[in-house]
Amino acid sequence: MEHFISLFVRSIFVDNMIFAFFLGMCSYLAVSKSVKTAFGLGIAVTFVLLVTVPVDWLLQTKVLSEDGLLGIDLSYLSFILFIAVIAGIVQLVEMLVERFSPSLYAALGIFLPLIAVNCAIMGASLFMQQRINLDPANTQFIGGFSDCIAYALGSGIGWMLAIVSLAAIREKMAYTDVPQNLRGLGITFITVGLMAMAFMCFSGMKI
Amino acid sequence: MAFLSKQNKEALVEPLNRNNPIVAQVLGICSALAVTAQLKPAIVMGLSVTVITAMANVVISLLRNTIPNRIRIIVQLVVVAALVTIVSMVLKAFLYDVSVQLSVYVGLIITNCILMGRLEAFAMQQKVLPSLLDGIGNGLGYAWILVVVAFFRELLGNGTLLGYTVIPQGAYDLGYMNNGMMTMPAMALIIVGCVIWANCAFNNRKNKP
Repeated sequence: MEHFISLFVRSIFVDNMIFAFFLGMCSYLAVSKSVKTAFGLGIAVTFVLLVTVPVDWLLQTKVLSEDGLLGIDLSYLSFILFIAVIAGIVQLVEMLVERFSPSLYAALGIFLPLIAVNCAIMGASLFMQQRINLDPANTQFIGGFSDCIAYALGSGIGWMLAIVSLAAIREKMAYTDVPQNLRGLGITFITVGLMAMAFMCFSGMKI
Repeated sequence: MAFLSKQNKEALVEPLNRNNPIVAQVLGICSALAVTAQLKPAIVMGLSVTVITAMANVVISLLRNTIPNRIRIIVQLVVVAALVTIVSMVLKAFLYDVSVQLSVYVGLIITNCILMGRLEAFAMQQKVLPSLLDGIGNGLGYAWILVVVAFFRELLGNGTLLGYTVIPQGAYDLGYMNNGMMTMPAMALIIVGCVIWANCAFNNRKNKP
């Protein structure tokens, strides 16, 4: 019962997608110029994670694994299957956003379809696949459907937290005097590095 | 009919420096940061990406006239996923310890933006040979940044290179210490920031009269 709560908190702070595994860096760096867009992308990524990871979990345990429906170990097909699921669901989310929030759709622009190739989504599915086989006593173990949802939601919120805070810092940084060659990308990387150091203090936490 | 006409040579050499996928175009950062704590996985990762980029470019370039425009992203993803599956199996068979260290990041080559970027921007329009060279060029451009970052992180973090100790014992006796911080994720970001800084300064100086 308590395991999925600890998994949820851990995946926000300790196993943060950005600061611990560098997943989803491309859109993280590119869309973090204003807080509003960053927040929108964060919501979209969280939603896609929340749908794809449980679907991939079902596929992995019920179809691809040896004791699944087909009775043969097909886990080598997981890459192709996962990416197809992700691409399909992203298409769906794109249509929904276009229908219900045209302003957000315009603001996200090219980055909405690019969620399909966002490493955070694929990475979460692959980590989930890895964690199924862990020892049940391990804090990262994903055992059932509830664990899986907790992990997906936590990862999404962690990613959103990271991108919104970076966007807030960058909005302030526009007024500072940065050395000329460091402007733009260079200073952003160093900022993220310092943020990652700050997040490292969560790593000793026992939940 | 020269093998390396001027255009082909450009496709190969440009991405190594001026148009580098990591430093200039900011593509494929995720794996660049995660696998560079040591030199060996970084080299393996760089080579795998080079092979996959080159092969995917060739396949897509061969198919470019038959792929319907609306579903091209899915077709590209499936081609890349199939190639990555092959590479991942080869690594598991011949370099098992490295493939354990790389863990999910081999699978994440599928979502590496360099691949999708090159397929969309280059292979969909170009003939096979330029696409192959472009793939190799971009892969190597990615690989050398990985190797540079991994070199500093392993040297300063563990005092070793490729697993061999290079910092002499005398230095430790004089009070030199390994900087454990270097092996942490945070320093990877800062080192890449510095590489971008150096590259930017270098290019700006060259462009000035």
